[in-house]
Amino acid sequence: MELTGAQALIKSLEMQQVEVMFGLPGGAILPVYDPIIDSSIRHILVRHEQGAGHMAEGYAQVTGRPGVAMVTSGPGATNIVTPLADAYMDSIPLVVVTGQVATSAIGTDAFQESDITGITMGITKHNWLITDGADIPRVVAEAFHVATTGRPGPVLIDVPKDVAIKPMEWYHPGPSDLDLPGYHPLTEGDPVLVRQAVEMLLAAERPVIYAGGGILKARGAEALRELAERTGIPVVTTLMARGCFPDSHPLCLGMPGMHGNYTAVTAMQRSDLLIALGSRFDDRVTGRIDAFAPEAKIIHVDIDPAELHKVRHADVAIAGDCRLVIDEMLVALADLGLPHSDATRGGSGGAPSDAVSGAPATAGSVAASHPRERLIPWRAQLSQWQGRFPLVYDQQPGSGALKPQFVLEALRDATPDDTIVASGVGQHQMFASQWWQFDYPYTWVNSGGLGTMGFAVPAAIGAKVGRPDKMVWAVDGDGCFQMTAQELVTASSERIPVKIAILNNAYLGMVRQWQEMFYEERYSEVYLSPDLPDYVGWAEAMGCVGIRVDSTEEVASAIDKANDIDDRPVVIDFRTDAFEKVFPMVAAGASNDDIIVDPSLTEGDGR
Amino acid sequence: MSVYGTDKRHHTLTVLVENKSGVLARVAGLFSRRGYNIFSLAVAPSDNERFSRITIVVDVESSPLEQIIKQLDKLIPVVSITELDPERSRERELLLATVEAAADTRGQVIQLVGVFEGKIVDVGPDRLTVMLAGAPTKLDDFEDLIRAYGIVEMQRSGRVALPMLDRSGEHLAPPRPESPVALTTEKAG
Repeated sequence: MELTGAQALIKSLEMQQVEVMFGLPGGAILPVYDPIIDSSIRHILVRHEQGAGHMAEGYAQVTGRPGVAMVTSGPGATNIVTPLADAYMDSIPLVVVTGQVATSAIGTDAFQESDITGITMGITKHNWLITDGADIPRVVAEAFHVATTGRPGPVLIDVPKDVAIKPMEWYHPGPSDLDLPGYHPLTEGDPVLVRQAVEMLLAAERPVIYAGGGILKARGAEALRELAERTGIPVVTTLMARGCFPDSHPLCLGMPGMHGNYTAVTAMQRSDLLIALGSRFDDRVTGRIDAFAPEAKIIHVDIDPAELHKVRHADVAIAGDCRLVIDEMLVALADLGLPHSDATRGGSGGAPSDAVSGAPATAGSVAASHPRERLIPWRAQLSQWQGRFPLVYDQQPGSGALKPQFVLEALRDATPDDTIVASGVGQHQMFASQWWQFDYPYTWVNSGGLGTMGFAVPAAIGAKVGRPDKMVWAVDGDGCFQMTAQELVTASSERIPVKIAILNNAYLGMVRQWQEMFYEERYSEVYLSPDLPDYVGWAEAMGCVGIRVDSTEEVASAIDKANDIDDRPVVIDFRTDAFEKVFPMVAAGASNDDIIVDPSLTEGDGR
Repeated sequence: MSVYGTDKRHHTLTVLVENKSGVLARVAGLFSRRGYNIFSLAVAPSDNERFSRITIVVDVESSPLEQIIKQLDKLIPVVSITELDPERSRERELLLATVEAAADTRGQVIQLVGVFEGKIVDVGPDRLTVMLAGAPTKLDDFEDLIRAYGIVEMQRSGRVALPMLDRSGEHLAPPRPESPVALTTEKAG
């Protein structure tokens, strides 16, 4: 069967079960847009190519399927560079198709030419420049394979205009057609190392499971829960892992890191064993690395061998898929005499048995001393910290300035438990992660590694496209909102009813916080004005419902009103306290031992 | 003088890559963006036309060798990576130099080239261009000695290397990169 390169490309995407793609046409990609008219794939026309990339990321994060975006050459391609970098940092599977000038014009500085494979080499898992139409079915199959297997990540396919126009002979690429002699992603962990790891975790006195985004990528939330409940080991969930272990679970300590809660941060600092599952010892988690968890032995499980020993030497380093390795751990636990969790599941355990000791774990001693009982002193210490250093804020009633945390608590309590929350980057992101209760995996969509302001609105749109059955709220800052708000036009015209809560403090709030704390209150270029733009007017101009909220009394009714609207996007402009800061905080470059908690918690004790 | 030879900070990696356009840029780009230093680089087709071999001498003071190898391994067109221990491999470079050789010193220069088993590849009225292939330390020594006569221009190639053979004819370590057991690290995504 003879097809044009463009038809072969769209057919290849259909064969990958692509149901939706996000994009914006232009000169070089024009031929590929023609067969879209006849395709089963839904195309969502964005207003800026960055929006297409973040929508594809939001879609991928909530569905687990690769997000697909298509843009033209030159500026179209460079506009999607930020989402590619974002997806690369957060290991999100994306397939981005870019148009390219004709092969005869490549290298001549032709109109709308840019070397996008060169530009994105360092921020994609791999990329391809197709020079022969016959390669199209194979390369598309390779691209989806590379994006979704091993450590997931973004890939890019660059398609010159003449390749899209010329006819080629269609074929169905089979597994043997994939030409990837250097790509063999890992899956299962080494059983010897798994056994060692399990013996270590059964012998530990102060263990903490340090769960990262890799748990979600591996679809390993249930396996993680089984591991935690069977061993009684408490769990911290990093910013990328929020929702992989329920916040409401008694073993959940919440988020660690620069703005993590005191107990999560300090539990890691004092622990004697960190079980890092799909996490990568990011500087935002560890603080000053040479002062991080000084007494802890490390078990590190990651599908990317390059993450093992990269930042912190691991005592047991297991390269493999997190879910499969946890499953192997569960089998090893059973072998060592620790079968399924019982009625004390998740609780603090029964009365201590006579066998609580710190003896090295051999199969015999482990069987005699249930780890949940051994961990009673550690769990008691954690509970004491939780009681002493909770997350706090001070909302004055009546005319007092509206606190962002108050808004988030109201929003959390007024929405379904499985609501998907997308956020931008900054104070609002940290408040959202701290104050939301994430009880389900794939309900938190955010830009972790790259820290991309403007992520929330398009990511929320992509998430709603992927999960139309769920309520999707974006929690955004006023600075972030102004970066990508135009995509609400896309949402309105495509009838994608996302809801946006702007925590409008009239500042680039996180930068302002740093200038207040570390630059002697010298505020440089951080003031944005609460009224410019007019957010309600802007929302309405974009086809959304706009609501403004100034005081605590208006919060609940505005949220209820937004929740009831299901035929268009809603934007609520919450006018929040400009002076509120995110606590706890570990200053950049400081040790996690020097965590700064909310000043109200230390009044009078000189801390 | 220049320690161009067997510095402890230097390790030799032979990297088998797919013979596709842009592969060298991917490898070089990885080194620059992760802050690794390339000390010397040689690229040539391998005995299989699908693959090329890149021989990289890395300066491991800039970062741990293990991390360099693992990051290289993540590049999709990289098929295998072998680290060659300088003590257990044969390393060679090529040196070309144009040297001042007026009538009064010409004989000494020619003699020096002869001692090092080099060749004279071009002759001018008062200059010679000489060629020397050999182990990096030998080239270092030659360079130091010839400098006294005046080096007009000099070029040294990137290093190439193969593992030593043992008496049974096998490579001592590690074996040929094409063979799966030769992988320094297993390929992984």
